[in-house]
Amino acid sequence: MQKKTTILQLRNYLVATVQTTLVDQDFITLRDRLVSQVGNSRCTGVVLDVSELDVLDSFCVRTLSDMARMIRLRGADMLIVGIQPGVAFSMAQLGLDLDGVPTALDLDEGLAYLDSKSRRSSGRIPAWH
Amino acid sequence: MALKDSMRPSELPGDNRAGTAESPVTQRIRIDAIPDIVTARQHGRELADRYGFSETQATLIATVISELSRNMVLYAQGGTISLRMAHGNPSVGVVIRAEDHGPGIPNLDRVMMGGYSTSGGLGLGLCGVRRIADEFRIDTQEGKGTTITVTKWSE
Repeated sequence: MQKKTTILQLRNYLVATVQTTLVDQDFITLRDRLVSQVGNSRCTGVVLDVSELDVLDSFCVRTLSDMARMIRLRGADMLIVGIQPGVAFSMAQLGLDLDGVPTALDLDEGLAYLDSKSRRSSGRIPAWH
Repeated sequence: MALKDSMRPSELPGDNRAGTAESPVTQRIRIDAIPDIVTARQHGRELADRYGFSETQATLIATVISELSRNMVLYAQGGTISLRMAHGNPSVGVVIRAEDHGPGIPNLDRVMMGGYSTSGGLGLGLCGVRRIADEFRIDTQEGKGTTITVTKWSE
């Protein structure tokens, strides 16, 4: 069976790409995989590319913000890239927002964001001031 | 998988498969389980595309169908989504009708205000749908079921 999402490791980031329409269970599976892989790979950031998704309804949005919160609790940052214009419009109209989960236009921008963030904090270990 | 047949939309007698403006196609999609949500919204998007709705409008329509059919799975053990075209002047509209024979919505006012949910959700589904609908009608009767009709015009 074709994988619905692929997860690749790139430097110390995980890049998860949604390949096709997801049903609810797929979102839950993806969430669980990412939350556990953040630990296995000791990565500091996760980029989730949702450009293949043509609908983000209230369930999807809630699952995505839960996912980001869990990943943050595991010590990594997550951001979402590739939200399509129509999807952004629908989300705004429906009053759905991602609860402060950072977003970027595409994968390039997303990785640049994570890079700038890790430069500021210089790695996983918080600096003493 | 037994679901397959119910996922295929059955067309009503007298339908014109070509879907010309004069004789609109009505599609009925049975919603029993989560995967049917995807089927229903894909039909909505196809219909919107065929009638020249913008990409954004088509996404709105698909999202409305997604919210309404999910509610039927979550609260009413399923139901039916019917899609048909309405012909106004100068625009066309997609009419989405979600019908179930579930418990009804006893606290409709609270639900429509938003932020209220009994399923652990955001509680934004139905009030969001009303916000993006051009026309919105809800009939709900405790113990009998709920019918929600949403119209989205192309202009």
